[in-house]
Amino acid sequence: MAKEIKLACNVIEQVEAICDKHGNQPGELINILHEAQSLHGYLPVEMQRVIANKLGIPAQKVYGVVTFYSFFTMTPKGKHPISVCLGTACYVRGSERLLDEIKRVLNIEVGETTPDGKFSLDCLRCVGACGLAPVVMIGEKVYGRLQISEVRKILDEVSAND
Amino acid sequence: MEEKKIQLTIDRHVVEVDPDMTLLEAAKTVGIEIPTLCHMDLKGTCVQNKPASCRLCVVEVEGRRNLAPACATKVMPGMVVHTNSGRVIRARKTVAELILSDHPNDCLTCPKCSDCELQRLVMRFNIREMPFNGGEQSVRKNELTLAIKRNMDKCIYCRRCESVCNNVQSVGVLGAVRRGFNTTIAPTFDKMFTDTNCTYCGQCVAVCPVGALTERDYTDQLMADITNPDKVVIAQPAPAVRYALGEEFGMEPGTVVTGKLATALRDLGFDYVFDTDFGADLTIMEEGAEILDRLQRHLKGDKDVKLPIMTSCCPAWVNFYEHEFPDLLDYPSSAKSPAQMFGAIAKTYWAEKMGIPREKLVVVSIMPCLAKKYECARDEFKVNGNPDVDYSISTRELARLIKRANIKFANLPDGDFDSPLGESTGAGAIFAASGGVMEAALRTVYEVYTGKTLPRIEFEQVRGLEDGIREATIDLNGFELKVCVAHTLSNARKVMDRLRAGELDYHVVEVMACPGGCIGGAGQPYHHGNIDILKARQRAVYCEDEGKKLRKSHENPDIQKLYAEFLGKPLGEKSHHLLHTTYHDKSIH
Repeated sequence: MAKEIKLACNVIEQVEAICDKHGNQPGELINILHEAQSLHGYLPVEMQRVIANKLGIPAQKVYGVVTFYSFFTMTPKGKHPISVCLGTACYVRGSERLLDEIKRVLNIEVGETTPDGKFSLDCLRCVGACGLAPVVMIGEKVYGRLQISEVRKILDEVSAND
Repeated sequence: MEEKKIQLTIDRHVVEVDPDMTLLEAAKTVGIEIPTLCHMDLKGTCVQNKPASCRLCVVEVEGRRNLAPACATKVMPGMVVHTNSGRVIRARKTVAELILSDHPNDCLTCPKCSDCELQRLVMRFNIREMPFNGGEQSVRKNELTLAIKRNMDKCIYCRRCESVCNNVQSVGVLGAVRRGFNTTIAPTFDKMFTDTNCTYCGQCVAVCPVGALTERDYTDQLMADITNPDKVVIAQPAPAVRYALGEEFGMEPGTVVTGKLATALRDLGFDYVFDTDFGADLTIMEEGAEILDRLQRHLKGDKDVKLPIMTSCCPAWVNFYEHEFPDLLDYPSSAKSPAQMFGAIAKTYWAEKMGIPREKLVVVSIMPCLAKKYECARDEFKVNGNPDVDYSISTRELARLIKRANIKFANLPDGDFDSPLGESTGAGAIFAASGGVMEAALRTVYEVYTGKTLPRIEFEQVRGLEDGIREATIDLNGFELKVCVAHTLSNARKVMDRLRAGELDYHVVEVMACPGGCIGGAGQPYHHGNIDILKARQRAVYCEDEGKKLRKSHENPDIQKLYAEFLGKPLGEKSHHLLHTTYHDKSIH
């Protein structure tokens, strides 16, 4: 169960504007959730309540949709979202061990965010750069042919450049 | 012009039915009961669940490759249907076995044992082994609230609870979350019921086919109090209990068991057996006075008076408007429910008369309701932490107690309620049905307002089971009193939305949360989707009323005595203190 976090007023206004743009139609729920998540990075409980109120549907319905689709998330993403490719090429070149090393260094599991909010960790299947396998993305930047020994250094650098 | 009938063959029967019927309904016309599990249709009401998802009702249709779900397949001319071929029986058995693979095997101690629809099907299909090993149970949660017990490991995903919570009650707390094997039916944001806008109406419990949703059981606590020599335990059964309790003992639905009920309660060891019907008559005195007060102020041109006045007997309805309509809390009557009025009088007037200290006295209500369990625990109804009604058991719990105590209910002689809190009129008796509180109030309001005797006691306009919202206009000496009766909370919401929009011109509105009123309450013997049971109970309500010598609350001699000796007058200072309450904004933002 996600914790209820107070949203900033301007975020609420922006989400309400998204709902208005879609005519507050319950049938637009998925489109609204897409836009709200791209605005805020995730869909906390309070935001789901705002959307439910605007559309005049129970919050339970919104929550049902959010938990049904794996694209939607209720966990805040870190400032630097990390995506480890577990596609075939990356996998056979050892990306799982890379993933284990990132988990160890940051002390978080897949789908979680570090307590300082800097990093969050996810997996994906192929970014289309198989020639560079194993591939890890941090934010928009792609790190190819990454070695386990480099992981800590790169994370420290990203962290230091904040 | 009459619609053309369709002819088809079901097993060895040639049947002629309406073209909009399903195979399930068509088979029923010739006495063939195709098994169902997820399906529920309380005909004529909005209590429906037709997802066609369990597939236990499959039948074989000649010329069709796949088996067809009878609940969702419409009749076609010339169809040849087999409801019991070898293929059908094998398929049904496999479906049931697959459901069992993910269902706990603890029927012996399950609260739903012997009343479980899955258990009945397993017996019917003669399943004696569990051939499939279950997958692991996932994130389902269990919960014990004051009123409802959730044991989601037992859930079979029929979605009946979701249908009633959303479509019938418009509360929208229960629904499916996550997907695939991780799906669970859960309250909003996977919270506990207690952290949501659940009203504890319990209709989810009333329709759950298995033991996933049941009532919280207070029978052991009650037996402990009854056997405690330091306690004086008194019973107050609600009006609706006497029209349904007999069903638990094999009696015909609609059998009125008032006398046996009184005897059974005494045999169970209650020290005094009183009647919530007395509280109902008292409610009419207070609520009736409030109606008259608001009407008279309205007629004098008072612009601040809030109309319509709304009944406040139903605890789920009270929870509903506290959650959903905090801006309209001035409209409902401030009168407590009959059960709470009874408790307040029992623990003051009667306890003083008898010289029983409050802490020794245990007031137990027997209710058709689960929300009453929650109502008992409300702070508004406590004095120094001691509740006016200590706790509430359902009609079903009472039946279990009677069975446990070796009492042969059907053979019991008729008994009477104790005096003075056991005397009641027909007006109290009809509180059990939707429209009953309104009719009881009208009988008193009419006579007090006009000063004339009612030419005809019955107000049939406000009675009914199928219409969710009924309207009537009553002539009070030339003044047209506009009244409205709504049952189920989705219908109540329609009325409230119109009130909020300023579109209501009613003077009095009655709301009951359960379909048909308390006769369809969540604490009653399970109806298993059979509307005839509710109809029979409703007939019983008006039959009991007709048989009463007194049929107007203000004619109840013990009520008159209570006002003369103790309360003074309706809406007086003492009444205000003991019999009225306040409402609070409980909305969730």
